[in-house]
Amino acid sequence: MPSIAKPIATHPSLQRNELGLTIRDYEGAMSTLCAGCGHDSITAALVRALWEISVQPHMIAKLSGIGCSSKTPTYFVNGAHGFNSAHGRMPPIATGANAANRELIYIGISGDGDSLSIGLGHMCHAIRRNVKLVYVIENNGVYGLTKGQFSASADIGTKSKKGEKNRMAPIDPVMLGLSLGATFIARSFSGDKDQLVPILKAAIAHRGFALLDVISPCVTFNDHDGSTKSYLYTRQHELKAIEADFVPPASEILAHIGKNGAVSVTMHDGSAILFKGVPANYDPTDREKVIAYLEEHQGKGEVVTGLLYVDESVPDMHEMNHSPDVPLIRVPYQKLCPGSAVLDKLQEDFR
Amino acid sequence: MQPTDVRNPNYYHKVVDCQWACPAHTNVPEYIRLIAQGRYTDAYMLNRESNVFPSILGRTCDRPCEPACRRGRLDGKPVAICRLKRVAADLRGEIKDRLPKIPAKKNGKRVACIGGGPASLTVANDLMPLGYEVVMFEKYDKPGGLMRTNIPAFRLPSEVLYDEIGQILDMGVDIRYNSPIESMKALLAEGFDAIFVGTGAPRGKELDLPGRHDTNRIHIGIDWLESIAFGHTDSIGEKVLIIGVGNTAMDCCRSSCRLGGNSIKVMARRPRGFFKASPWELEDAEEEGVEIIVNHAPKRFVIENGKLTGMEFERLEWDAKAKNSKTIDTIFFPADDVILAIGQENSFPWIERDIGIEFDKWDMPVVDEKTMQCTRDGIFFGGDAAWGPKNIIWAAEHGHQAAISIHNYCNGTPVTERLPQGANLISTKMGISEWSYHNDYNPAQRQKMRHVDLTRRFKQMNIEVELGFDIEQTAREVQRCLNCDIETDFTAARCIECDACIDVCPVQCLTIARNGEEDDLRKRLSAPAINLTQDLYVSSLLPQTGRIMAKDEDVCVHCGLCAERCPTAAWDMQKFELLIPYAGRPVNTESCVPV
Ligand SMILES: Cc1cc2nc3c(=O)[nH]c(=O)nc-3n(C[C@H](O)[C@H](O)[C@H](O)COP(=O)(O)OP(=O)(O)OC[C@H]3O[C@@H](n4cnc5c(N)ncnc54)[C@H](O)[C@@H]3O)c2cc1C
Ligand SMILES: Cc1ncc(C[n+]2csc(CCOP(=O)(O)OP(=O)(O)O)c2C)c(N)n1
Ligand code: SF4
Ligand code: SF4
Ligand code: SF4
Ligand SMILES: [Mg+2]
Repeated sequence: MPSIAKPIATHPSLQRNELGLTIRDYEGAMSTLCAGCGHDSITAALVRALWEISVQPHMIAKLSGIGCSSKTPTYFVNGAHGFNSAHGRMPPIATGANAANRELIYIGISGDGDSLSIGLGHMCHAIRRNVKLVYVIENNGVYGLTKGQFSASADIGTKSKKGEKNRMAPIDPVMLGLSLGATFIARSFSGDKDQLVPILKAAIAHRGFALLDVISPCVTFNDHDGSTKSYLYTRQHELKAIEADFVPPASEILAHIGKNGAVSVTMHDGSAILFKGVPANYDPTDREKVIAYLEEHQGKGEVVTGLLYVDESVPDMHEMNHSPDVPLIRVPYQKLCPGSAVLDKLQEDFR
Repeated sequence: MQPTDVRNPNYYHKVVDCQWACPAHTNVPEYIRLIAQGRYTDAYMLNRESNVFPSILGRTCDRPCEPACRRGRLDGKPVAICRLKRVAADLRGEIKDRLPKIPAKKNGKRVACIGGGPASLTVANDLMPLGYEVVMFEKYDKPGGLMRTNIPAFRLPSEVLYDEIGQILDMGVDIRYNSPIESMKALLAEGFDAIFVGTGAPRGKELDLPGRHDTNRIHIGIDWLESIAFGHTDSIGEKVLIIGVGNTAMDCCRSSCRLGGNSIKVMARRPRGFFKASPWELEDAEEEGVEIIVNHAPKRFVIENGKLTGMEFERLEWDAKAKNSKTIDTIFFPADDVILAIGQENSFPWIERDIGIEFDKWDMPVVDEKTMQCTRDGIFFGGDAAWGPKNIIWAAEHGHQAAISIHNYCNGTPVTERLPQGANLISTKMGISEWSYHNDYNPAQRQKMRHVDLTRRFKQMNIEVELGFDIEQTAREVQRCLNCDIETDFTAARCIECDACIDVCPVQCLTIARNGEEDDLRKRLSAPAINLTQDLYVSSLLPQTGRIMAKDEDVCVHCGLCAERCPTAAWDMQKFELLIPYAGRPVNTESCVPV
């Protein structure tokens, strides 16, 4: 694709965030994905969310694996750190990076192929470790980059572009996350930024691993009739179960509480999530109820979206491992690696 | 809101801010692209089509297009549209073969044009190719009207003026110099098929204060400029006061600089920001050392021993909007000469009041805005003669409209039957990321006009001050144009609501939203649409969700990225061409989209 540049021209009434930055300061390189790819809308939602919460660009680390989706980090926040790992290996790389420097905001971008096929095991263990990481699966039901083979998230019966049907059962990252004890689980749709942006902001505030399954249609290989991951199918079957708002720490939470008895969950950093439109018998902090609700509705073919589950009580990787508050990169090397004499002494203790 | 009807040429025309603001609707972006390609002659001819006097206007136009230019809303400075027009004129090649052909066989109709200014010349320009015989009566011994007698040669060299006037007169206009019309009745008796009155607004306003008629050192601005043009005046005193701060005042003060004045003050009643003079004329005058004194109201001329020594002014203090003032004190300014430049008036002593030409309470002829016809059939007015002093580009536009009316009238068609405009829309897509126009946004700053240095320019009255843009400046300036005629054209049925266009737009023009009333919708867009002079485009309902696509036209840079990133080509960049009818040349509404 020939490269095109986004004009530096800006809207005359462009707003600035608390850091004095405009939303344009959170952009990355011009996307080379197919025009209309859902992944680019997710990029735009990330740009907006990060701008709105005024994150300093150099305090962000963007990581990914391989796939069209995994190209996303190039397309937001030019000034952030980034790492493009081997296929499916983003979770361990992110885990390592986070272990070394717990101060950064980690944003991992993956695809349904990257996460649910080759990288499935890695993702499961990052969930178990509760690594503080925003983990976005840009889910299009296909391997986009390799020309549209069914991925592990393809529904039974969904049709490929050529017309053949998928026969294998899908892996549902939301259900998988619930079964593995994930502490923050959401599903959203690239075509709905009003929902996605607050979820992203809440995910950044979450104490540990935040799993976001974002339906992100592949316009080129999976947006046809008969596909269950197209723009049209998703719009026709989406059930926006839960409406949630993110309230930053400094805001007055009470002012936001709606009429029909909103539930509010206080996040680890003092911010809050306000659940506004929550169905009867649903409690986003009660795993059994969430599972029951999802099974009921997904059984009917509905794509349930919203911030589905949160548990702020579980310690993250560092807390579990009692690592120091100071990021390890700032611990003097001598202390981190005290040398063979100390190792010998330690081993001596086990004899 | 109702879906926008883009088949109405006015919608896309209005997006081309400069063209919409130009009284003659000159196709600015197209001529700028032609200049960018080095096609100066083509650019010149395109200009000539609508504004008739590109070389003259490239130096002197009032340029209503520039304050309207979209670029100004992005980086504060409009494209130097007028300067680029001059580039086309300066660099053009031979055009003789491209001027309208004049039929050898005439159509038998005779039209009289009174006055040889731009309005009459435009009427002749439009009618001569149709076979009319045009007789032009001019009071003086040369053509051009105020363009010759009042616009000083340091702004408009006479070769430039006569070249473009010659293009028209050489069509075979029967121009009769030194032929003031002294009676409309007598002219009517000569049996012309139609008469056009283009006599301008020839009288300078008086300032009847004590002392006004006790000296010969008080001059009426337009008469004084005229006497310079005629070679009757070649000097002025050292201390000069100019009363008034319009464009005439600017020409008077700058002419004084060249005729011996060395302390020249322009006396303004009101504060800055409320002046009539164009900002660039003020700038040029101040560069030449002219002082602009604000908040001074003339009180009396001071004459001592029969000699003018100066003037007394009241110093005023204005409220914020410069509506009401109070007098602080009285102050004296010495002067050798005073020039009155406080406006012009029409005067028609030669039109009898009993021949069916109605005059209103200000003693102005009653003229129809569309047809230019007065209350007597077959007599048309245009230029400054119609509704008082305007400018050259308006005179040209009036001339075009009057020519259409005259052509109708002579053919027995009602003059009220106006020719409709049309429009063409053509996709500019050439391939992936390839458009037939330069869609890059160029951050270049507006280029500054180079001037002849101060000492040299004062040596002679006719040294043109502005040097014009050089090639490098031209190359930079043309790229500042945003190609506003390359329209974002939307097909709702194709949109899959992927948001790609919205996400990529650098200036937040686009929104997919629930429809609503305009006031409400304007607040709910990606960026609030606060510029109410700019339209909102609203699509019909989108197929998947029944929402609408809205576009705020305000600051779209026509970069084409929306179309570039649209997977379904719901957006396309289409070149809009306004088709303007001229006398005897209606728009072929069958081959285009009619109004
Ligand atoms: C000092 C000054 C500076 C200006 N600078 C600019 C500028 O920079 N840019 C711009 O766009 N506009 C400028 N204008 C305004 C512009 O010159 C006029 O608006 C324009 O010339 C009007 O054209 P017209 O054809 O209506 O009339 P005019 O140009 O006034 O022409 C009328 C002609 O009719 C002749 N005439 C009058 N009465 C009779 C009669 N009874 N019989 C026969 N002939 C007659 C006159 O001699 C004259 O030649 C300026 C005006 C002045 C006074
Ligand atoms: C180790 C390895 N195996 C296979 C591939 C080929 N490959 C590249 S991308 C991809 C699938 C990507 O699918 P997904 O993660 O869903 O991303 P999408 O392109 O759909 O966004 C595969 C199998 C690879 N690059 N590396
Ligand atoms: S192939 Fe599919 S997933 Fe990849 S960029 Fe194109 S639309 Fe997006
Ligand atoms: S052309 Fe399209 S993308 Fe470019 S500024 Fe205009 S609306 Fe936005
Ligand atoms: S890019 Fe095209 S299909 Fe997508 S929302 Fe815009 S107009 Fe619609
Ligand atoms: Mg995929």
